[in-house]
Amino acid sequence: MYAALWRFLPGGRFLKIAQFILIAAIVVGVLFEWVFPWIAQTFLAEQSTVE
Amino acid sequence: MDTSSRKTFRKRGKLLKLTGIAGEALLSAGALMGLFLSWHLVFNDSIQGDRQNQSAMSLAKEWSANSSIEPIIEPENSISSHSDDEPPITASPPEGQAFALLYVPRFGDDYVRSIAEGVDIETVLNSRTLGIGRYLESNQLGEMGNFAIAAHRTTWGAAFGDIAELRIGDRIYVEVLEGWHVYQFRNLEYVWETEVDVLNAFPRMNLDQTDAKVITLTSCHPRFSEAERIIAYGVYEGWYPRKGGSPAEITELVKGSS
Repeated sequence: MYAALWRFLPGGRFLKIAQFILIAAIVVGVLFEWVFPWIAQTFLAEQSTVE
Repeated sequence: MDTSSRKTFRKRGKLLKLTGIAGEALLSAGALMGLFLSWHLVFNDSIQGDRQNQSAMSLAKEWSANSSIEPIIEPENSISSHSDDEPPITASPPEGQAFALLYVPRFGDDYVRSIAEGVDIETVLNSRTLGIGRYLESNQLGEMGNFAIAAHRTTWGAAFGDIAELRIGDRIYVEVLEGWHVYQFRNLEYVWETEVDVLNAFPRMNLDQTDAKVITLTSCHPRFSEAERIIAYGVYEGWYPRKGGSPAEITELVKGSS
């Protein structure tokens, strides 16, 4: 999986590492901004009200 | 190497590749779950807390810019005592809309959050810009009775994260367009979620009318759980009209946001 991605990415070793970091940063950004809030909202609706 | 052993070798290679991919997938899933937990329990509170603070700041800015009355910016003029004027009764906006700002110096020097109408989880308490909601059945600001609000103790910006740190006499400031309502923290109470009489016009009492003004903050207890509720009560201290300047304790913050 990651080996295939490594082979697919162009450039030398350092360029590949840089691209890996960039991809990881994008993935984390998307998760933090959209995916995780949705999961928490949908499955972990914590109550703090009295009702 | 004869043909049969070469075949087994190729088969083994395929199997090795498959288990390799499965292993990577499992490791990735584990890392993802760890990342989610760290986001949910740690990072999101600061990310979302900052956003809620920012949006409250911009509302404060808007109010001080739109008010025809000059806001007093000089700290020496702001050691104003509260006014004898009757505070205006705030008109309730549509649900999910911010109408007041909460300042609690005990929660941090730069703590300011918006208070919105209603306590809907998705649109108010978990909101990226709001975080605190008013119970619709409670009294409005300026009215006699109980102004009751709710927010998360942990996660989603944790607007009431430090609720248990409140000490008797701590000030709780609620800003509206016309000025500041000031309350003094009185005590904490721990209740079940079904004990809605904390929202009564006078908390815990079944009175037809009251001439007291109180503020009630409700949140989760214990932290990271929703087994019980923690309740903070404050008693009304006074009203600071905007034209008289902001209460001294929050002047720096009000100034910073204007």
